Parts: sequence; structure tokens; C-alpha cells
Amino acid sequence: MNSFTFARATEPAAAVRELAAHDGAQLVAGGTNLLDLMKENVARPPRLVDINRLPLAQIEERPDGGLRLGALATNADTAYHPAVQARYPLLARTILAGASPQLRNMATNGGNLLQRTRCYYFYDVGTPCNKREPGSGCPAIAGLNRMHAILGTSEQCIATYPGDMAVALAALEAVVQVQGPDGERSIPLGEFHRLPGDTPQFDNNLRPDELITAIDLPRRGFAKHHSYVKVRDRSSYAFALVSVAAGLEMEGGKITTARLALGGVAHKPWRDPEAEALLVGQAAGADAFRAAADHLLRDARGYRFNAFKIELARRAVVRALREASTA
Amino acid sequence: MTATQYVGKPVSRVDGRAKVTGAAKYAGEFNVPRLTYGVIVSSTVAKGRITRIDATAALALEGVIEVLTHENTPRLAWLDRSYQDQIAPNGSPFRPLHDDKVVYSGQPVALVVAENFELARYAASLVRVEYAPEPHQTNFDDAMAEAYEPPTGRAGYTPPPKPRGEADQAFADAKYQVSAQYATPTEHHNPMENYATTVAYGEEGKLTVYDKTQGAQNVQAYLASVFSMSSDDVRVISPFVGGGFGSGLRPVYNVFLAVLAARQLKRSVRVSLTRQQMFTFSHRSETRQEVRLGAARDGQLEAIIHEAFADTSTFEDFAEGIVNWSGLLHQCDNVRLEYRIAPMDVYTPADMRAPGATQGTFALECAVDELAHRLGMDPLEFRLKNYAERDQNLDKPFSSKELRECYRQGAERFGWSQRNLEPRSMRRGNRLIGWGMSTGAWEAMQDKAGAKATLHVDGRLIVGSATADIGTGTYTIMTQIAAETLGIPLERVEFQLGDSTLPFSPVEGGSWTAASVGTAVKEVCEALREKLFKLAGKIHDSPLGDATLEDVVFENGEVRLHRDSARGIALTEILRRSDMATLDEEVTAKPKMLEQSGYSRHSHQVTFVEVEVEEDIGMVRVTRVVDAVAGGRILNPKTARSQILGGVVWGISMALHEETLSDHAFGRFMNHNLAEYHIPVNKDIPEIDVIFVHEDDTIVNPLGAKGLGEIGLVGTAAAVANAVFHATGKRVRHLPVTLDKLL
Ligand SMILES: Cc1cc2nc3c(=O)[nH]c(=O)nc-3n(C[C@H](O)[C@H](O)[C@H](O)COP(=O)(O)OP(=O)(O)OC[C@H]3O[C@@H](n4cnc5c(N)ncnc54)[C@H](O)[C@@H]3O)c2cc1C
Ligand code: SF4
Repeated sequence: MNSFTFARATEPAAAVRELAAHDGAQLVAGGTNLLDLMKENVARPPRLVDINRLPLAQIEERPDGGLRLGALATNADTAYHPAVQARYPLLARTILAGASPQLRNMATNGGNLLQRTRCYYFYDVGTPCNKREPGSGCPAIAGLNRMHAILGTSEQCIATYPGDMAVALAALEAVVQVQGPDGERSIPLGEFHRLPGDTPQFDNNLRPDELITAIDLPRRGFAKHHSYVKVRDRSSYAFALVSVAAGLEMEGGKITTARLALGGVAHKPWRDPEAEALLVGQAAGADAFRAAADHLLRDARGYRFNAFKIELARRAVVRALREASTA
Repeated sequence: MTATQYVGKPVSRVDGRAKVTGAAKYAGEFNVPRLTYGVIVSSTVAKGRITRIDATAALALEGVIEVLTHENTPRLAWLDRSYQDQIAPNGSPFRPLHDDKVVYSGQPVALVVAENFELARYAASLVRVEYAPEPHQTNFDDAMAEAYEPPTGRAGYTPPPKPRGEADQAFADAKYQVSAQYATPTEHHNPMENYATTVAYGEEGKLTVYDKTQGAQNVQAYLASVFSMSSDDVRVISPFVGGGFGSGLRPVYNVFLAVLAARQLKRSVRVSLTRQQMFTFSHRSETRQEVRLGAARDGQLEAIIHEAFADTSTFEDFAEGIVNWSGLLHQCDNVRLEYRIAPMDVYTPADMRAPGATQGTFALECAVDELAHRLGMDPLEFRLKNYAERDQNLDKPFSSKELRECYRQGAERFGWSQRNLEPRSMRRGNRLIGWGMSTGAWEAMQDKAGAKATLHVDGRLIVGSATADIGTGTYTIMTQIAAETLGIPLERVEFQLGDSTLPFSPVEGGSWTAASVGTAVKEVCEALREKLFKLAGKIHDSPLGDATLEDVVFENGEVRLHRDSARGIALTEILRRSDMATLDEEVTAKPKMLEQSGYSRHSHQVTFVEVEVEEDIGMVRVTRVVDAVAGGRILNPKTARSQILGGVVWGISMALHEETLSDHAFGRFMNHNLAEYHIPVNKDIPEIDVIFVHEDDTIVNPLGAKGLGEIGLVGTAAAVANAVFHATGKRVRHLPVTLDKLL
């Protein structure tokens, strides 16, 4: 860990000012990811700005019938919030499939979106890694890549975005609200994270001097037909090898709307509107599910240790759709 | 045995309160005035030479005292022998900061010492080390080509027995055959408490070393020899150990570095390892094994051939008993067992809970399951058919062996008779159900150990031996044995351990502590009894009259006549009337070699496991376990059960989760933290039903206890893998059984 200076912001504008004024400054919310990275010397911010006192922990109704999740509301408070449980059970279930109770009590919604990859090489400063040190190489491509991506990879990086919550948020078509030096802007969840391309050092499209203030959920919550399937190496406290968030609307046994987002397979929660469209108008059933799954994974590419994820993802999609449609 | 007051009773841990309130101090928590902090810089290459170490930036920070490297350490002991601890394998023990050679990735290459921990840690991140790397080998499948038979010198290592019968011919002739290859990965012990040492630098350079270890005296002797110090000038103290599992049997490099720095700087120093560094000094050996079994139509085992390869370092020949168990567990007249080790550019493996046995038994007991399946025979019936009445390895009878009773009671509790032989024949909804079983054995060892006891006139009894309590319950059972033997209330007895100045004890491992130290405690208390009785006889008007030792009982702090319990005297009164403040005794208890050597002494275990497998996505969950153990006399059912629970959990972990992954391009373990190195979480562990089968054994040692530290683990992984086969019809022979292997 490096030596750093510390500041505490009490209003959003002050936090943004801190970021703008200090090159490399980092916000700290729950600290569950950032502090780990600092201990391993992966993150070495010269300045930490504590944002825990910002008034951003509320969960509020929105005029359009949606719900606003404050960036500093904890994962636990969000998952157990009555409105989330009643109207967005997919989100509640997804959050509770992540990490452990202790972590969820500390982890914030904003921090959760920004958690970094679990790629072993990224975490070990004794090895090269393009994401940590651009240009140094990507040993995962020929190395230990069982946890790595099968979709949207590049020659520079095959890391995954590891989180759960964002996968449900992608299916729910949430919108991330951010504040920067020039004011506020909205980023649809689907455009929040990015693919690695030639610049894997950037996980997402948030600018270094921007603060996440909230995550907005649109009205449609798929409360009736949803599922989150998380396939992992132990029953809890493990990142997804593959996860699938599914939300359906159905009428008379037929699917009228479908949302599918995959976690653990790409540098961002993976959605494919074409695959979703294939489901619309179909009767819920194994053939339709399998066709959507095949389409979703048509461009998947496996590496030495993770090729199994392609078939696994197909099966997880089928399972999620089956669960959602029969719920 | 007559009725007892404490021994055999479910006494709660005597150190439990201290542990849950934080009063128990661990090595890295001893506060010493003017303490300095050392942080270790670890190598990033697996093999090569250090060409340059630039510590300028680190040393420029105010408060950084010194950066120790091979370039500025003093000359220490020269001979390998000086570095060889009690249980060192053959070879040249690793010497930290000795020269510019790097022999494994993660090797300590510098120690930064500063006035506070944060500063030391920051400074360590500024030390630049340059290497001239050389080609390394960490891929065991390739390394195996260099395999050789380990030399036999290592203390505690028994080489495989000579072949018996004509195994190859019998295998070739056998009507039913199984020939299969199994693999177990590298694993790391990962006790919760990281290794740490606090060295208090005293007057005239005398050192008090608070160290996390499974053997305070082993570390003390090592330090005295390596640093050429007089034995009186270094004392090692280790009252509490947050788990060891074998990783602390040998001195760990943090203790070396802390002492090195303390002597160099003439200051007190603390050095603790990070979790990453917990992957840099010992591991369970990686194995590749081939098992060939042959049987007749009626299920009689006609041949066992078991060949195992395991890794070692380039500098020591680590050897453990992997294949020996295959000649012991089941009756078979044609057996050939072979074991070789192959060097890799890693640190030397270490004993890790049930070392050797758990890897070897995994292979054998899976192969047995495969053979039973091929025969269309129930795997329990198969084992009963081939029940070994004698130890054929040693050609000796067992001192006791209630394995048959384990099979019976375990099967009944589990409901084994309801099992359908066919794989994939049982399901619950989407989930396939499988039932599997396995057998295990572990040696019941006793070693020489000492103990001393002091009775105080205020009624307190202090007993001590330089052993350790690595969470096993040593404090508790020794207290029980002492209280029982002298008839003193448990609360008045204090047991001391983890101090090199106490009477001799072997390192705590191998499940021999209860037997070895327990016997010493019993004997020292018996000796004290005799002394007290003699003193009582000398007292004027002694209420015991002319009774002999056989005529009296020691109970509730008194000695009384058997036949007239009104006639007695308090032990404290004996001391008072004899004008003594204390009465001491010290003994060294030795195993009765002659009597023991006529027998094979082992504990046995049977595990029955149920798993559920998600048919589509392959996720496995263990849903039920029954573990039946024949482990001699149970000194404390509560701590005993905990030992078995821990072993079973570990077996599940080994079967489904644990694996240290090495990137061979770097020769480096990569999943070196507890987020990525998986062990089970609570949700992965079902109810575990532990059965202790009654076993009387007067040969193993005077207590009749066989030790329970390892036996719960030995066969469990095989039982889980066998259950997965029964559920899915898929035989996974390479641990861990992760879901990708089942898709
Ligand atoms: C062992 C372990 C297991 C885990 N398992 C899972 C799992 O299974 N599934 C899962 O989804 N997650 C898992 N996690 C990750 C966990 O969910 C995240 O660490 C957590 O959500 C991060 O939130 P935080 O508030 O603690 O973020 P912090 O660590 O405080 O911050 C993370 C990053 O976000 C930035 N940041 C925080 N808030 C804001 C904001 N409002 N605006 C702009 N930037 C901000 C910080 O600067 C920092 O860079 C696991 C973590 C651990 C340690
Ligand atoms: S996959 Fe990405 S994060 Fe991992 S080593 Fe390659 S560049 Fe780094």
C-alpha cells in the first residue's frame, strides 16, 4: 500500500471538485474493492476521497413510476427494501446472489458497478497485465483463463466484469445518473460498461472526474416472470462462472417481452436484442429457449480453460428462461 | 476403565473464553516497547539470479531503518545440518536472503524494516529487484520425467513395503480389472491466522521469540543453531495458534527474518506474512497416480498395483506415505506399491493434514469403487468381502481394529441398504442424487514426550509440556487428564504449552499429541500422586494410617481410603503439614516399544456421503455425511467430534474446491488469496453425523487414545467423488471435481 492523503466530501459537488483537482484521486465508498486493490498495490491512489457522508443513500419513488437507488445505498439495504422486493424481485435476488452478507452490508450500489475484474494477473503486480499496466501484455490469453470472457474479448484483454447486480440492472434497462464538473448526465446501463478493445485499462465510460449519484430503475420490473441463475464453484461467496438475468412478460403462454443479460462472460453485462427478439411471440418452451441461447452465444469464443462456458451459458440461459416463464 | 470424572466427558474448551473475548494472544499481537516492523519483498521469478536490488527510494523515507538483502546479511551457520529442523527432509533447507539465487516464485528476497507497519509496507513496494531469469519447471506433468525414489532418511517417513505375491501376473489374470489414473492438485494449508513472529530484543541480546508454530522447541533449536546462539539466549513462545494443519511443523521464513533483523538492528522486530505470502512456503504435494486392481468374479481382490508420483522442491526430498495405505486397507495377497518424487521450482511441500494418506486413499478408494461397479457389487459388500484382518504390510495383527463395526453402524445410520446400484438412478426434481462411500486409515503413533507438574499449597495444579494447541483442543484434554489423575477439580488445573523452556515435546502433528503428551501428563500426575501419598504417610496421625497406594482414591482435591471415605486428607493439607509451598514432579514418557512393536496400530474411518448434482449446470452439493470412526478411546467427545467435523469439511473441500493454480509461464501460483482459492462456505456443508465406534486398546499407549486430527479427512474426498459418479455416471479422476468436468 502506498501513502496517500485523505479528504471527506459532504456534498456531491465537493467530491467532484476533489476529483478534478487531484490527478489520480479515488473516491471510496464501502471500500470493499478499493482497499483490497490498494493492499495488493494494484491501486495506488495518491488521494482518497471518502464519499460516505454524501446524501446519496436514499431509495426513492420516481415520477415516472420507477425507482431511484442512491449510489450510496448499500447492497443489503437495496435488496431488502420493500419496493425493490415487491417490484424488482429480480434485482433483489441478484444482489443476494453476490458476495457475502458482510460484504453486502458495506458494499454500495455505486461501488458495485465499478468493482474491478477478478482476473488473477490483474490482481498480482508480480505479473504483466494490460488492464493494470497498458502495453505490458495479457498473460491470461495463454494462461489461467477459466474465469475469463467468451464474448467481446480483444487481443489485449479477455477479462470479465465480475459483478452480479449490474447483470440484473442490464436486464431491467436501468440508467446510471452521474455528476461531473460540467453538470449531470445519464448513462444507460447497457452503455455504462465497455468492451476492452485496445484500451482495457478502462472498464467503463465513467470519466475520472465523475461521481455516480444514483441508479434509476424504469417502471417495468418483471416482477411476475424473472429469474437469476448464477453458476459458480461453491454455493455462496464466489463470482459467477456464468450468470443469467431473465425478465419476461407473457400473455396466454406466449412471450411478449424478453430481456436477457449474461454475467461472467464478457467485459460487460452481455445483452443481445436479436436473441431477445427471437423469443417474442413464442410459446415458452425448450426449443424457443435453446434457439435464443444459441443465438446469444453464436460469436462466443473459448480459450484453453474456459471453453466449457459456452455450453454452460447456453444451459444457464435455458434454465433461467424456464424458471422465469414458469414462475 | 472405571467411571471417570473428566476423561471421556464433553468438557468445553478451557481456552474457549480467552479465544472468543480476544484475551488469547497470537504471535503477531504481543506488544513490545520500541517495536519495529519488517515487511517482506517476494520474488516474482521462479528461478534465476538477482542482479540488482535498488532500495534507495525505500531507504530515503524517514522512519525506514534498514533493507536487508542477501548483499548485507551477516555470515550465518554454514552447514546444511545447522538448518535442518526436527522433521526436515533430506537435502539443503532453504536459507532466506542467503545468496543471489532464486529457487521459487514468491521467495523472500528482501526485508524492509521501519518504525511502523504502514511505512514498512509502503517502503517494501518501492524496492526494485532485477533478475536474470533462468528456465524453470513448475508443470508437474513434465517434471515427472525426472522422478526418483526418495531417500528413506526422513523422520516419520515409511517407504512403501516390498512387493508381496505376484501383483502384475495376478492383475493380468484377473477376471475383473480396473486400471485408472488419478490426479490431485497442489493445495495450500491456509490456516486463518497468518504466520507472524514478534521478537523481543532483551538485555545482552537475549531473544524472546513469539512465533506462530506447531513446535516451539523445534523453532528454538533451529534458531540457536542457525544463528549460533546459546540455547539460553533464545526462548520461543507460542501459546495460541490459529490453525496449522502442518504448515507450522517446520520453522517458517518469517521467524528467521525477524530474528535476523532483531540481531542486526539490536531492536525488537515483528514480521508477519500477507495472505499471498501464505502461498510461498509449503503446500500439499501434487500427485499423479495409477491404480490397477484385479478381482475374481466373487469380488475377491487379487491384485493391487499403485504407483504414485508427487512433487518436491529442487533442494529437498520431501517424502510422505502415499501408496502404503493401499497395502493395508483391504486384504490382498498380490500387491506392488511404488512411489517417486520429482523436483520442481517450488518451495518444498510439507505435511498437510493427513499427508500422503489423503492423496493416496483418494486414488485407491475411487478405484475400489470402480471395481465394485464393474463387478456389479455393492461397494460396501465389496469392502466387507476383502476385509483385512491383519496388517499385511507389516505382517502383524492390529492392536485393535473396529472397522467392521464402523461399516455396520455407519451404513445403518446412513440408510445405505436403500441404495440403488445403478448410477443416475436416483433423483429429486432436476437434481441427480448419488451415494458414495470410502474407507481410510491413519497411524496411531506415540512419541517420547515430557511433562512437569506442580501442585501449589493453595490447591492449584500447574502442568506443562512444550507442545502446541493448534486448535485441536490440547489445552483441554491435557487439563482433563491431569484433573482426572490427581482428582483435582478441573477449574484448579492449568495446563501450559507453547514455550520452549517447558519439558520436551515433539512438534504437534501426525495426530500423536494426545497419545504422546497425554501419556506424559498422566505419568507425571501419577508420579505426583505417589509423592503426595508418601508425604501423607509421614504426617503425624495420618488419617490414611498404613494404607498402600492401592487402598486410596484421589478425588475432589483429597486422598481418601477406598473402604472408608470418611478417612482422608486434602492434598493442600498434605503440603501444609509438610511445610511445603509447592510439590513438583517431571517425567519423560516413552512409548513401550517392545510391547507396541508386535502390532500394527491404526485408527480407521468410513465415510458415507450423499450428493446432489444439478443435471444441467453440473453444480454439486454434498447433502449428507455420516462418518464412523474407530479411533481408540475418546478423551473428550466434544473436541473429538470437532476434529472429525474439521476433517470431513476438509475432505469435501479437497473433493470439490481446493486447487492452487500455477501459471507455468511465470512458475507462479496465481490464485493466492482466499477469494480465489476456494474452500467451502457454510452453505456448502450439510449436517455431518459423527459416530465414534467403541474401541478398547491397551497397546497403543496407556490412555488408549489413537489421535483424531487426520482420520476424519483421509477417505472423505474419495467418498464424495464416488457419490458424484453414482449420481451422474461420470468418473472424475482429477481433483477437484468442478462443475466444468461434469457438463
Ligand atoms: C471476497 C469477495 C467476494 C465478492 N463476491 C462478489 C459477488 O459474488 N458478486 C458481486 O457482484 N460482487 C462481489 N464482490 C464485490 C463487491 O460487491 C464489491 O466489492 C462492492 O460492491 C464494491 O462496493 P464498495 O462500495 O465497497 O466500493 P469501493 O471499494 O468503495 O469502491 C470501488 C470503486 O468504485 C469507486 N466508487 C465508489 N462509489 C462511487 C461513486 N458513487 N461514484 C464514482 N465512483 C465510485 C471507487 O472510487 C472505487 O474505484 C465481492 C468482493 C469480495 C471482496
Ligand atoms: S485478461 Fe485483462 S485483466 Fe487479465 S491479464 Fe489480460 S489484460 Fe489483464
